[in-house]
Amino acid sequence: MHLNTFGIFGMFFHMEKQCRFYKPQIGGVYPVSLLEMERSKIMQIGLDIGSTTIKAVVLDAQGQLLFKTYRRHYSQITENAIKLLEEIRDTVLKGEPASLSITGSAGMGLAEGCDIPFVQEVYATRLAANRLLPGTDVIIELGGEDAKIVFLTGGVEARMNGSCAGGTGAFIDQMATLMDITPDEMNTIAQESTKTYTIASRCGVFAKSDIQPLLNQGALKSDIAASIFYAVVNQTIAGLAQGRPIAGQVVYLGGPLTFLSQLRHSFDVTLGLTGICPENSLYYVAIGSTLGGGDPVDIDQVIDRLEHYRPTEGYHAMAPLFENEDEYQEFLERHSRSVVETAQLTPETGKVFLGIDAGSTTVKLVLIDREGRLLLSQYSPNSGNPVPLVQAFLEKLYAQYPYVEIGGAAVTGYGEDLIRNVFNVDDGIVETVAHFTAARKFMPDVDFIIDIGGQDIKCFKIHNGAIDNIFLNEACSSGCGSFLQTFANALGYSVEDFANLGIHADHPVDLGSRCTVFMNSSVKQAQKDGASIENISAGLSISVVKNALYKVIRTASPSQLGQHIVVQGGTFHNDAVLRAFEQELGVSVIRPNIAGLMGAYGAALYAQSRKRDHSGIVSAQELANFTHQVQTVHCGLCSNNCQLTVNIFGGGRKYISGNRCERPVTKRVTDETLNLYEYKRRLLAGYGSTTGRRGTVGLPLGLNMLELLPFWHRFFGCLDIGVTVSPFSDREMYLKGQASIPSDTVCFPAKLLHGHVQTLLDEGLNLIFYPCMSYNFDEGLGDNHYNCPVVAYYPEVLAGNMPGLRTSHLIKDYLGLHQPKVFPEKIHQGLLPYFPDLTLHEVRQAAKAAYREYQQYMEKVRQQGDVIIQKARAQGQRIIVLAGRPYHVDPELNHGIDKLIASFGVAVITEDAVSHKVEKFPTKVLNQWTYHSRLYAAARYVGTQPDMNLVQLVSFGCGVDAITTDETRSILEDAGKIYTQIKIDEITNLGAVKIRLRSLLAAIDQREEEGR
Amino acid sequence: MSEPIRDKNGRILFTKEMKKTHTILVPMMLPIHFGMIKNVLLHEGYHVELLQNQGPDVVQTGLKYVHNDTCYPALLVIGQLINALDSGKYDLDHTALIITQTGGGCRASNYIHLLRKALVKAGYENVPVISLNLSGLERNSGFHITIPMIRKMVAGAVYGDLLMLLSNQTRPYEVVAGETDTLVWQWVDRLSAQLNQGKGYNMKALTQNLDAIAADFSQIMLNRVPKVKVGVVGEIYVKYSALGNNHLEEFLQSQDCEVMVPGLLGFVLFKTDNRLEDHKLYGTGFWKSKVCGILMNYLTKMENALRQAVLKYPQFVCPTPYAHMKTLVKDMIGYGNKMGEGWLLTAEMMELLEQGYKNIVCTQPFGCLPNHICGKGMINQIKLHDPQANIVPIDYDPSATKVNQENRIKLMLAVAREELAAQQEQANPSAQVTESQRETVSVG
Repeated sequence: MHLNTFGIFGMFFHMEKQCRFYKPQIGGVYPVSLLEMERSKIMQIGLDIGSTTIKAVVLDAQGQLLFKTYRRHYSQITENAIKLLEEIRDTVLKGEPASLSITGSAGMGLAEGCDIPFVQEVYATRLAANRLLPGTDVIIELGGEDAKIVFLTGGVEARMNGSCAGGTGAFIDQMATLMDITPDEMNTIAQESTKTYTIASRCGVFAKSDIQPLLNQGALKSDIAASIFYAVVNQTIAGLAQGRPIAGQVVYLGGPLTFLSQLRHSFDVTLGLTGICPENSLYYVAIGSTLGGGDPVDIDQVIDRLEHYRPTEGYHAMAPLFENEDEYQEFLERHSRSVVETAQLTPETGKVFLGIDAGSTTVKLVLIDREGRLLLSQYSPNSGNPVPLVQAFLEKLYAQYPYVEIGGAAVTGYGEDLIRNVFNVDDGIVETVAHFTAARKFMPDVDFIIDIGGQDIKCFKIHNGAIDNIFLNEACSSGCGSFLQTFANALGYSVEDFANLGIHADHPVDLGSRCTVFMNSSVKQAQKDGASIENISAGLSISVVKNALYKVIRTASPSQLGQHIVVQGGTFHNDAVLRAFEQELGVSVIRPNIAGLMGAYGAALYAQSRKRDHSGIVSAQELANFTHQVQTVHCGLCSNNCQLTVNIFGGGRKYISGNRCERPVTKRVTDETLNLYEYKRRLLAGYGSTTGRRGTVGLPLGLNMLELLPFWHRFFGCLDIGVTVSPFSDREMYLKGQASIPSDTVCFPAKLLHGHVQTLLDEGLNLIFYPCMSYNFDEGLGDNHYNCPVVAYYPEVLAGNMPGLRTSHLIKDYLGLHQPKVFPEKIHQGLLPYFPDLTLHEVRQAAKAAYREYQQYMEKVRQQGDVIIQKARAQGQRIIVLAGRPYHVDPELNHGIDKLIASFGVAVITEDAVSHKVEKFPTKVLNQWTYHSRLYAAARYVGTQPDMNLVQLVSFGCGVDAITTDETRSILEDAGKIYTQIKIDEITNLGAVKIRLRSLLAAIDQREEEGR
Repeated sequence: MSEPIRDKNGRILFTKEMKKTHTILVPMMLPIHFGMIKNVLLHEGYHVELLQNQGPDVVQTGLKYVHNDTCYPALLVIGQLINALDSGKYDLDHTALIITQTGGGCRASNYIHLLRKALVKAGYENVPVISLNLSGLERNSGFHITIPMIRKMVAGAVYGDLLMLLSNQTRPYEVVAGETDTLVWQWVDRLSAQLNQGKGYNMKALTQNLDAIAADFSQIMLNRVPKVKVGVVGEIYVKYSALGNNHLEEFLQSQDCEVMVPGLLGFVLFKTDNRLEDHKLYGTGFWKSKVCGILMNYLTKMENALRQAVLKYPQFVCPTPYAHMKTLVKDMIGYGNKMGEGWLLTAEMMELLEQGYKNIVCTQPFGCLPNHICGKGMINQIKLHDPQANIVPIDYDPSATKVNQENRIKLMLAVAREELAAQQEQANPSAQVTESQRETVSVG
């Protein structure tokens, strides 16, 4: 694979050659100084040490820029700083005195340790902009790790991204690597884009979860590149604007914005202005750091201090992977035994079977004979498109072994559908089945399998020869495997070499296990604390393992896993990862020598087991006439209006992806009568906008309003007050409100409310009704009946942060619907200022009707739930309780997951359709939120129904769900059910969700077959 | 040891027998306050030990046994308790744990349940856990909270608040380095001794002590050089606990700042007042509200005693009354906002601004639900009210790095220093502040 080792910074090197030095001015008269230094009469050196690069400037006594340079420091911060200073000393200072200051996140520790003045980098940026670009209103600066916005006029304010949104330049680098191009190529092709895809902008990890599948579906790289730039823009605005408009003269600074014109363009388009990227935009921070003036330093002394600098703090180290060489040798010897049998492919071989695993980042192909012996295999990065790789493999196979007789072929992985359609592969199987099939061949009594691939971590427990439980990572912990690779590449190593560095590390760094973005910043901290590359490497391997164990499997002891553990997936080829896994659990495991090929091997075994006469896979001749084209269109068959990627192949075959249901493929409408979510949506849609004599209030259709709409609709109707209801959310609505979100880590359902309220304001409403509610209805299922803090109080956030609400009114009174006697009085008081002629009597009547309406609505949902259950049972269909909160009915929030489940021929009902069927029961946690009480009750009920399963919808950032997921899992597992969790956020791509659901269904099928 | 006695839900009870035989481990939050509260429990005949274990092992233990998306305080408190059990220092058959339980709509009410789950996971399922609460949750025959105990604990909290308040105002300016801390710990010892003897908590003794403390602190020689003044607010655990906030106060002091951290009493008042608000808003809990009304009066008296002691010395900034704080946020956020720190957090920021602490670190665990609203969600409004407000929200989490946190705080401090310099400029337009112009203040 071609590795774009230098990434975005590769370009920096080209630039360097062209404009390293400014020509010193000759003669006695200096032109007007670039920077008017007030105090300093000596030269000034500024060093800007960022997460990936180090930039240096030297200004002369008049503030003229004499010297500037930057280089990538590859974590060797001190060494590079010394080299730079020596260079400056010898070529610029030449014995003249100079002052020195350091800025940048990675320079903080160094500056403190060596007693060099430190200037915070955003502050430095501001100083520089004030001097060099007076009249600037807003600065947007993107770096390798951090994003910053500085507002200079109308109240100076400087903001940096929060912890969850790190990694701007690093993210672009990573995405370029995924597409196997350089960032400047990415910039070039983005100009040719014709459309943009929706890409999650919460953070780099989430965005990647959207981009990876797009690549695998064959979407045009130019469109993806453009979409990535827009994702960066949205992430910056959503995270940093926080209600302040970005307007006026906007200045772009920092590496990514300096070098990527399309990124600037995306900002321009989104903000509706034309920002400028000034000369020396890369050096503003360094220049700014010198502006505070400073005393002359003895440069030799500084260099000497730097040479003797040892980080004082140290970092938290963990035990080394191997205590000694013997341990390492024993480890190598033990694992060298797990090998697969191989054979030669000869004319005598007979029928052979092909397995393809089109994974998120790699494509694996395996050819086996009838005995399951390995004949040929290939493991290659998919470089963003698996099709040519499979094509090349087949061409080579047919050319080199003209006698080959393929008896069957199967494909698995993210690219399953695509590859199956392109090459007419016989079978497509879900990954869990493929991996289990392969592992069982290796170790017939295997009882636990863990697979760490590029993007996903998959674990399954085997009981009585069937998959008993499945653990799949959610978005936050995805991409660990490929992170290791990108990280290695960024430091200039191959992933193998990089991982091997860790084998002999003496003090591995503890890098945490939250997600790769956090790991990235932990590395930065470790670098500051003086960690060696070996220890960072080992630390990363350990982090990947901890992520799998503590976040995905959620186990603390090996006994919960099993006796016979097989580990597989490309990431386990790294001995450091394997060792970390054994060490963390304190057990020995089996790693097949074809760990990375196990999915493909399993697919091949599956193909073999099908005992076909002949495979339908494309022949040599068909392959010769093979063509492949990609088109993107909007589906337009329903309100989702999915963006479809259509792959067209020779012979009129085509493959459609990007769809959330089968309609564009089969042209058939899925049976929506078995989808209670659809029913709920239809019911809610019935509560449309109305007019009234007394005026109109706006109701934003978010969070609890998605359940209480019937209540308020009726309530205001009875009072002759019209209502305008915002529609179900869509992407556009979200973007409309994103600039006023103050907390980037709040859940997506809450964020959407900004769009709803903005929509109502745009419609000219000046009175919006959205009350605060600490308490929910008491349904008698829990210990208390709270709302979660976000549902309870989000109106406060809207009132405090949406500029449009400063001139309009938001009624956000604290109301308690759980107290029907007190409620009318309270709301009467709240409404009087706006509707002075309201009488308490009227309000009482209206409240009565409203309570009734709400009850009727809930009853309708329950009844329809029963109808669906009966119908499904009559037709022998499975039933899935898609358990979330009432607001998960919103199509933008659930991303059409209900429809996806229905498309599998499974009936979908909601948690509130069954929660009333059980009595209150003891839970191991405090059962104090009404919505979650329904969830526990639904889980309890599902446990008693053989044909029902529960899938829990979890919103990212929902702190409450950190508690409910474990509890729901234990309720279900106690009843012998498989727990499935789907974490949702902005991510729109359903690839991972599909795998999860198919795995669940496959496991249930298999369990039934085994007669359990 | 025999099988522990359990209630019908399987909870291990802390029996009368255990009061004699068991050591109760208390997780640390505020060293001064908890040190004194520990003495109250000792006097009541409980063998208690305040945990001092810190560092990455505590975090690692937490990560191992608690769902990693749970809030950081839960992870740390549970990590600290299990890490202590792991240490081998305690006889597991004679050790119990204690943890507070608030019972509000935030995740914190579930800490005790998460702790029990974690104990099972870690193989300590027979270690009893006591819930420390005032709501009557989870009764134990061997552990009773009596009214005198409450009074003593409140006294401990008031003393803690005063010591924290005054020491924060003298430490940065003290002429004799270390004088402040010496005085703090002298007083902790004296007050602990009193509490341990069952004294020092009635209004008379309390007033005497508070006055004496304030008098002592007023004697400390100070050199009042202008310093950046920073207020710290936030979720209660990460605001106070050095383990939770990566030693934030130490860091700010190392950056030459004066730090102000609002006291614990305000939080107690707030939680009590919530019952009254609930009654006002929803008509619920009539009798509870009556009881809380009495408690409210008592606490207000205590608050007043503390304020009166401080007000005698005008050089000290005195906390404003709870009732005043409440008016500060009247048009900003509803009084029904009660989960977590609720409106009090917003009010604390407003109070700090009013007192001249324009620079504020708003701390919260990563993903803290209430702080999305009353912390980060209110900053824009606060800035509209006071454009000089310089607030930085900082998230704490096992994986959030110190370098990132400190970098953001340094940004806030850079702006603060600029503002301070501008103020100095205004005060002395002729020249920059020089050593000679810095006055030495000593009161006494």
